Amino acid sequence: MALKVKIDKKFHGFHLNVEFETNGGCMGILGASGCGKSMTLKCVAGIEKPDSGRIIHNERVLFDSEKGINLPARDRHVGYLFQNYALFPTMTVEENLKIALTGKGKETGSQVLEQISRFQLKGLEKRLPSQLSGGQQQRVALARMLLCKPEMILLDEPFSALDGFLKDTLQLEMLELLNELNQDVLFVSHSRDEIFRFCDRMILLANGERVVNGFTKEIFRKPEKLEAARLTGCKNISPIERISDHELFALDWNIKLKTDELIGDSIRYIGIRGHNLVPAEKFGEENTMKVSLAGSAHTTFQHQYLVQNAKGSSAKIWWIREKSKYDTEESESIPLYLKFPKEDLLLLS
Amino acid sequence: MGELVRTIDWSPLYLSIKTGIVATVLTFFLGVGAARQIMKLNNTAKAIADGILTLPLVLPPTVAGFFLLLIFSLRRPFGRYLLEGFDIKLVQTWPGCVMAAFVIAFPLMYRNARAAFEQVDITMIYAGRTLGLSERTIFWKIVVPIAAPGLASGTVLSFARAIGEYGATTMLAGNILGKTRTVSVAIATEVTAGNWDKAGFWVVVIILLSFVIVAVMNLIAGKNRKNGSGWM
Repeated sequence: MALKVKIDKKFHGFHLNVEFETNGGCMGILGASGCGKSMTLKCVAGIEKPDSGRIIHNERVLFDSEKGINLPARDRHVGYLFQNYALFPTMTVEENLKIALTGKGKETGSQVLEQISRFQLKGLEKRLPSQLSGGQQQRVALARMLLCKPEMILLDEPFSALDGFLKDTLQLEMLELLNELNQDVLFVSHSRDEIFRFCDRMILLANGERVVNGFTKEIFRKPEKLEAARLTGCKNISPIERISDHELFALDWNIKLKTDELIGDSIRYIGIRGHNLVPAEKFGEENTMKVSLAGSAHTTFQHQYLVQNAKGSSAKIWWIREKSKYDTEESESIPLYLKFPKEDLLLLS
Repeated sequence: MGELVRTIDWSPLYLSIKTGIVATVLTFFLGVGAARQIMKLNNTAKAIADGILTLPLVLPPTVAGFFLLLIFSLRRPFGRYLLEGFDIKLVQTWPGCVMAAFVIAFPLMYRNARAAFEQVDITMIYAGRTLGLSERTIFWKIVVPIAAPGLASGTVLSFARAIGEYGATTMLAGNILGKTRTVSVAIATEVTAGNWDKAGFWVVVIILLSFVIVAVMNLIAGKNRKNGSGWM
């Protein structure tokens, strides 16, 4: 199983230029809204036509601008789960499933029945999509998509239309389903948590360009690029001046930092995740900063503090503590010193 | 009153209803088809084509009548060609009534259909395509049902306009009792002849007819609308 994609497309003053390959499994496409990730999916599905490029799935050419091949969407055998699920509003659940089998042979009735029980839709057959919950709508959309026996599955922000409570349960169900199907999957999301949970490999898009490409866990551990650090949730990033192979000066934070890693010539920024900062006993320890509190917020499970260098620097630094350690106490007092552990520093180009 | 009803010639009522129904069927299919074709055009072509198709709605019906005569008059090449080649005659005949009503009512159907189609969420069409459905299936089974309320209101308005047509009808089809005299033409004729009671009778008839049809269509549309009561 393999999918090779190379797309070049200009639209509304935006230039999408993306290239990637998958080797089976679930491939994530992470990016902020408007970065071109949905357009990429639409090009693979045959809904939109790239200006040039190639899309090949398991040796089957779906699109090739040089050879003039452009299979229509209906012949690509691609299952597409739309962000809003795109259930046909005038049809009942049953009719929504049945129409997917139009012109695809006999025994449609029994296939629909089978799908209804597989996706726990019994009792909902006669309902209209507007009478279903978000989770039920998603199950109908999945059931309908799989009736066509797709050879590849495209998921476009599959959970963004759901509320938090449902989301976790449905994500587990979806994981199970995808494992069971064992097909090529492209999973588009702006949520790093979803990509982390679902995808072994990922690419990261910014402004229509691929920023990084690789194993998800590796990219989260070591983003390497400024955009990648931001999109994987690194809140603290500062431009740097290189001092030596293992020493640099963080300009925004006004602090000299030692690094484990060699600082290459291409490194322009330093980053550290908010929860990697640790309280320190005293000044003078390496990579330690005297801080003053600039603001704080308390979410359900986290204390979020905005601190700044007491020595003078207006740049804010996020420091995040998980709440479980401190129960629900919402203390505004913070340690005097914070340490930037060497091993958690992200060198970015 | 009884005397009036007994002496009345009912043919204008039948003619009006018959004209309305035939013209509405024509406007429905051609209006839907035109809306569908025009949505495929690029913006400039769309603006021009839309302008031409909408003109009969904004121009006086007599202007439409003028052009219809210009085309179909037996003294003009196309009208003569139709008569000699196909034995079709629109001037001073009932098909002329239908043609006039059709031309005047068409923009209402076309515009409503187009607005209804343009409101259909494009992902519905995308979904249909990725499910392997043909464009024909997508249009008739997905798009048309979603656009049904807009199509229904277009149909009602077209019908109402078609049975009320006067200006273009008198010019093209004339005013022949039992042949081309519809209710709206009859009203004008009776008033001119000073028969106020007969004119009044036809006025009541056409008000009742229009009201009943519009009310019935609204009830049907209301029943199909299942998602609550709207925003007020």
